[in-house]
Amino acid sequence: MTAETKFPVNHNDIKSFSKDREEPQWLTDLRISSLEQAETLELPKPDKTNISKWDFTKFDLNGAFSAEVSDSVKELIGEADKAQMLMAQKNGETLFQKLSAELEEKGVIFTDFQTAVKEHSDLVQKYFMQEAISTNENRLTAMHAALVNGGTFIYVPANVEVDIPIQAVYTQEGTFGLFNHVLIVAEANSSVTYIENYITEGEPTQSNANIIAEVYVHDGASVHFGAVDNLSKDITTYVNRRAHVTGRDAKVYWALGQMNDGNTVSENTTYLVGEGSYGDTKTVSIGRGKQTQNFTTNVIHFGKHSDGQILKHGVMRDEATSIFNGISKIEHGATKANGEQTERVLMLSEKARGDANPILLIDEDDVTAGHAASVGRIDPLQMFYLMSRGISRREAERLIIHGFLAPVVNELPIESVKEQLIEVIERKVL
Amino acid sequence: MTRPSLKVEDLHVSIEDKEILKGFGIEVNGGEIHAIMGPNGTGKSTLASALMGHPKYEVTSGNATFNGEDLFEMEVDERARAGLFLAMQYPSEVSGVTNADFVRSAINANREEGDEISLMKFIRKMDEKMNTLEMDETFQQRYLNEGFSGGEKKRNEILQLLMLEPKIAILDEIDSGLDIDALKVVAKGINELRSDDFGCLIITHYQRLLNYIKPDFVHVMMQGRIVKSGGPELAERLEAEGYDWIKEELGIEDETVGQE
Ligand SMILES: Nc1ncnc2c1ncn2[C@@H]1O[C@H](COP(=O)(O)OP(=O)(O)O)[C@@H](O)[C@H]1O
Ligand SMILES: [Mg+2]
Repeated sequence: MTAETKFPVNHNDIKSFSKDREEPQWLTDLRISSLEQAETLELPKPDKTNISKWDFTKFDLNGAFSAEVSDSVKELIGEADKAQMLMAQKNGETLFQKLSAELEEKGVIFTDFQTAVKEHSDLVQKYFMQEAISTNENRLTAMHAALVNGGTFIYVPANVEVDIPIQAVYTQEGTFGLFNHVLIVAEANSSVTYIENYITEGEPTQSNANIIAEVYVHDGASVHFGAVDNLSKDITTYVNRRAHVTGRDAKVYWALGQMNDGNTVSENTTYLVGEGSYGDTKTVSIGRGKQTQNFTTNVIHFGKHSDGQILKHGVMRDEATSIFNGISKIEHGATKANGEQTERVLMLSEKARGDANPILLIDEDDVTAGHAASVGRIDPLQMFYLMSRGISRREAERLIIHGFLAPVVNELPIESVKEQLIEVIERKVL
Repeated sequence: MTRPSLKVEDLHVSIEDKEILKGFGIEVNGGEIHAIMGPNGTGKSTLASALMGHPKYEVTSGNATFNGEDLFEMEVDERARAGLFLAMQYPSEVSGVTNADFVRSAINANREEGDEISLMKFIRKMDEKMNTLEMDETFQQRYLNEGFSGGEKKRNEILQLLMLEPKIAILDEIDSGLDIDALKVVAKGINELRSDDFGCLIITHYQRLLNYIKPDFVHVMMQGRIVKSGGPELAERLEAEGYDWIKEELGIEDETVGQE
């Protein structure tokens, strides 16, 4: 099945791209070996969604774009003086970036990927697609490594608490294929909150986004990772966010707003390696139009006393189709681990399709685990009740959708993500 | 200003192809309080639900007008915005939507765009009405009817009635599940609305509530239609003697409707 795949790039393109960016040799080599892997590996196989016909090769690597900071970006980052740490990138190029001097002095690194591989080559090499994800998992991870052209590196030294959220906005425009890599390393007893937005601007054009985030959390450290994905309906997206919660009592909190309008495969995996480590995943999704999406959340327990929580709510409108997979896997030896998950799907129209699959895979006796799932349609009696007070059908639906998503949205641990999401939801349910 | 009026003529309603209402008629005008009494299973809730437009109840014949307009031509929300209100016997629970957000949306739905109620005004009014009904203010932020006791749901229905100030209200068994103190509180709330601009149809199978809200007309419902009408004295006689004398008088053996 790989024979017909025509990549829009070849070895020479990649070599010169890497050279132009003055990348270290290890990265050039990795790109080239990954491109070879990409030519032979198969696409990922998300459970219950067939993506074999999705086109992940319809993109350019150098699309022209306007380098202005648009109003929608400004809206997302708010008052510039309030947010002290910002990154805005468009088609992989950094438009601007800000890090507080105080944190810089403490050794915090917050820079775009391109700069990071030059200035912190050893550190990036130590983590980049090592433990959390590997280049050869599937064709898309390999393509990602071969073509990475945007992203951010965040490094928080031991005992440093970054108390202001770090925010990044990644804009995709035109035919440009975005291969965005976010790498976050939180050393022992540090803490950081990172929030990212993905948006599309300009004329609607078919393209791809291939997004990978890796988060490494060491002893006693904690990372809050918030995201609002809001790419347009012409963008076919592969997004894979992984945390390697390596350290004892280390914690990761995911708050993901999965709001793309195009076909999307979204994986989110947390490896709870450290003893007493904790992973919490909360996601909200809205599907509309004719898009097909697959949202798979994995929590894999290795550490004793590790605790993994998954809560996913999704609303499907129009003719949208979505699969919500939740997998809690407890490995042998992870005694006293606890894994819990809930997936709920609300379908608003006859043609919408949704499915929730909670899966517990347990290879250890001394654990606790539980799951709940539901897939349902809007209750006509609720509609009757709301409308009997004069509320229109549309507004009643809006209230019910907000209400359905509220248990997740209200619990999101990052205030600004909550606010942004409420706005995106508002726009998507109108 | 003309007084509001609800006219129902020879109404037939079916649920799942079972005919429940069999020729029901009534006229309720502003300034009037009507009571519909009747044992369980005689079609009272069916009447209330059909008039409001409940999706499961099918009007097979007859007609109803609200202020002269054909009620059955209107959507549920249009009926409400025209001034019809139903306090339901079993209101739905809506998770994730707070009582306050819901009531505010409802008030604004009844106003023109651009003329939404200000937050201050809304809060003041909500506080005032909750005070009247002796409701704890925590109810504002609780999810709509979720986990409410039977009595709390009834009070919440009346709260919506007081907030929305409809022209004609149908109260379906608003008294069941209320103790005598709560009953007095709810009655006080409803009595506050009494005026020529407000008509009310109280459905109940006890006469208890009618001690606190004096009805102008009392109707007895059996087998899906009104079988007897009178003044407040009819309710008192029902309280004292039950329904059997009416059944005897009319030769009715089974007063219920739609039972297999
Ligand atoms: N949702 C329903 N589905 C099936 N039958 C119903 C439903 N609602 C009411 N009925 C039937 O209609 C008849 C009248 O019920 P109802 O109008 O609730 O009476 P009341 O309010 O006077 O107690 C009953 O025989 C009942 O079985
Ligand atoms: Mg009833």
